[in-house]
Amino acid sequence: MPTDNIDRLLSAYRWMQLTRTLDEAIRTLWLTGKGVGGTFNQRGHEAISVGAAMCLQPDDLVAPMHRDLGAFLVRGITPRRIMAQQLGRATGVSGGRDANIHGCGDLDFGVIGFISHLPQSLPVAVGAAMAFRHRHEPRVALTFTGDGGAITGLFSESLNLAALDRAPVVIVVEENQYAYSTPIATHSANVDIAARARATGVEAIDIDGNDIEAVLTNVTAAVGSARDGEGPTVVVAHTMRMLGHAIHDGAEYVPAELLTDWERRDPVDAIRATLEVAGHPVDQLDEIDSSTLATVDDAVEFALASPWPDPSTVESGVWA
Amino acid sequence: MTDGSSLDDPRPQRTYLEAISDALVFEMSRDEAVVLLGEDIAAPFGGAFKVTKAAGEKFGSDRVRNTPMSESAFIGAANGMALMGMRPVVEVQFADFITTGFDSIVQFAATTHYRWGAKVPWVIRAPADGGLRSGPFHSQNPEAWFVHSPGLKVVAPSTPADAYGLLLSSIRDDNPVIFIESKPLYRSLNGPVPAGDHPIPIGVADVARPGRDCTVITYGAMRHQATTAADLLADEGIEIEVIDLRSLKPLDLTTVIESVARTSRALVVHAANRLAGVGAEVAAVIADECFSHLDAPVKRLGGLDVPVPFSPPLEDAYRPDSDKIARACRDLCAW
Repeated sequence: MPTDNIDRLLSAYRWMQLTRTLDEAIRTLWLTGKGVGGTFNQRGHEAISVGAAMCLQPDDLVAPMHRDLGAFLVRGITPRRIMAQQLGRATGVSGGRDANIHGCGDLDFGVIGFISHLPQSLPVAVGAAMAFRHRHEPRVALTFTGDGGAITGLFSESLNLAALDRAPVVIVVEENQYAYSTPIATHSANVDIAARARATGVEAIDIDGNDIEAVLTNVTAAVGSARDGEGPTVVVAHTMRMLGHAIHDGAEYVPAELLTDWERRDPVDAIRATLEVAGHPVDQLDEIDSSTLATVDDAVEFALASPWPDPSTVESGVWA
Repeated sequence: MTDGSSLDDPRPQRTYLEAISDALVFEMSRDEAVVLLGEDIAAPFGGAFKVTKAAGEKFGSDRVRNTPMSESAFIGAANGMALMGMRPVVEVQFADFITTGFDSIVQFAATTHYRWGAKVPWVIRAPADGGLRSGPFHSQNPEAWFVHSPGLKVVAPSTPADAYGLLLSSIRDDNPVIFIESKPLYRSLNGPVPAGDHPIPIGVADVARPGRDCTVITYGAMRHQATTAADLLADEGIEIEVIDLRSLKPLDLTTVIESVARTSRALVVHAANRLAGVGAEVAAVIADECFSHLDAPVKRLGGLDVPVPFSPPLEDAYRPDSDKIARACRDLCAW
């Protein structure tokens, strides 16, 4: 494997391991009663969120959703700020105004704070891309939605708008087989999301969402095509949501054998195996793991020690 | 109909519709971040009411952009454009259709600055109101929904000058603004409009007519019904003060409270449904703040709790008008 490929994969490994470790720390806090409200895990989505965000330039824009912890991290939002956000602290990204990873936006890092009505990020990304195109700026917007989001009217409407404008936007659909408790075959009469996107007039491809190299290669191509004025692309990344919809959800409705199958395709294990096979020293990978753990421990400590927001500020910030 | 100004006023006379069109052209000339989005709005067609025709002819389809019939997506796209520093002005063809884009407005745009500090400076122009025999889906007054949603400003001008000046301010505002236009005034109302850069601040009511006996608090087309009622009552020796709120959020309650404290009687009037309408909030504040000054209960007139009916006798029964306002004022003054 060429050195620059190894370097890129190594970088992806760092981000994916950080994403996985931070996600597990969030889960531990909630399962030990230290959480505030509900929260979401993203286990299984690391290759998609990290890989897609790594394909962007600093001036680009990303509108992640609740399975895209990796995208927030790659853009530069620190584990400390994310953990404080999770715990509703003044030091969190939204200062305690929005919950868990929602509203975790910061335009200094080119990140949109999503709302629970997840498909709303689609037209926002399309509109941002329309603005880039209108001003002749070489920038790209990228957003994520799920198989549930892809069955909404807003998905079709946004794709149509993007196609009409040849907007420089990439839409990554994280097809993780379930919309809450409903399997894709139950909520989508046509489970071929890429075909539905193509029928709307947008280029679309299917990729293995657990394969970081597939994500990096294909999203890089889609982002490049958008930047070159070739219009939007939908990338349907197939994966599996390995935990419940949210922290309260044991996902007993998911067949155990399905999870066992996908556990064997774990994206973090897979990238590590790839690096090991390519001859990358194992002790260096272990070192990444231990420094990642230290970063996450620090974030938890920081968040738990952070002040609560001042209730006298509850009415401030409604107006710009 | 005119807005009551002197006929020898040297300022150009414009219809309510022309004033809005002028404001769009003025603001687009001043700021290239301003673009217009909406169905059928580009030149040469210029929109269902032709409000954007002049802008489209001057600035072309790059800045006056036709959209597909997808309010949810194009208002959502306006969110993205506004976040990236543009100032989109969206036309929903009829205010009734704004519901199709409701999530994009009340869930995304309205909450963004509070949640994570980013600005969403757009305007949605909503041609609203009835009296035109247009039936349940081309006659609505949806303003209360937006007043009820934290993070949105709601503006409802009733004269050409106010439409012009308030639209300039709305486009320059860093918050999302719902701009409620009164369709029955589009071509029926003429008035003087100062050309050039004359914004009117959002959140300041206008005393449309001074009076001592009773305050009528209203906005939009009902301002003109109220001043007509005041003319009728003046012949009977009753002097009505008419306050035009002009902005429903923020509400200029100071002007309302000062007036009612003086007249001791208050009638709140709007064409929108009375039940849980903006007038209910105004009446509640008057009850709170003016209790010791009141000589009569605070009364409200508004649309009935039914969809806006089509047939003239039904729509007239639904809607407040100058006679109903005059009758309500007489009742209040006889209390």
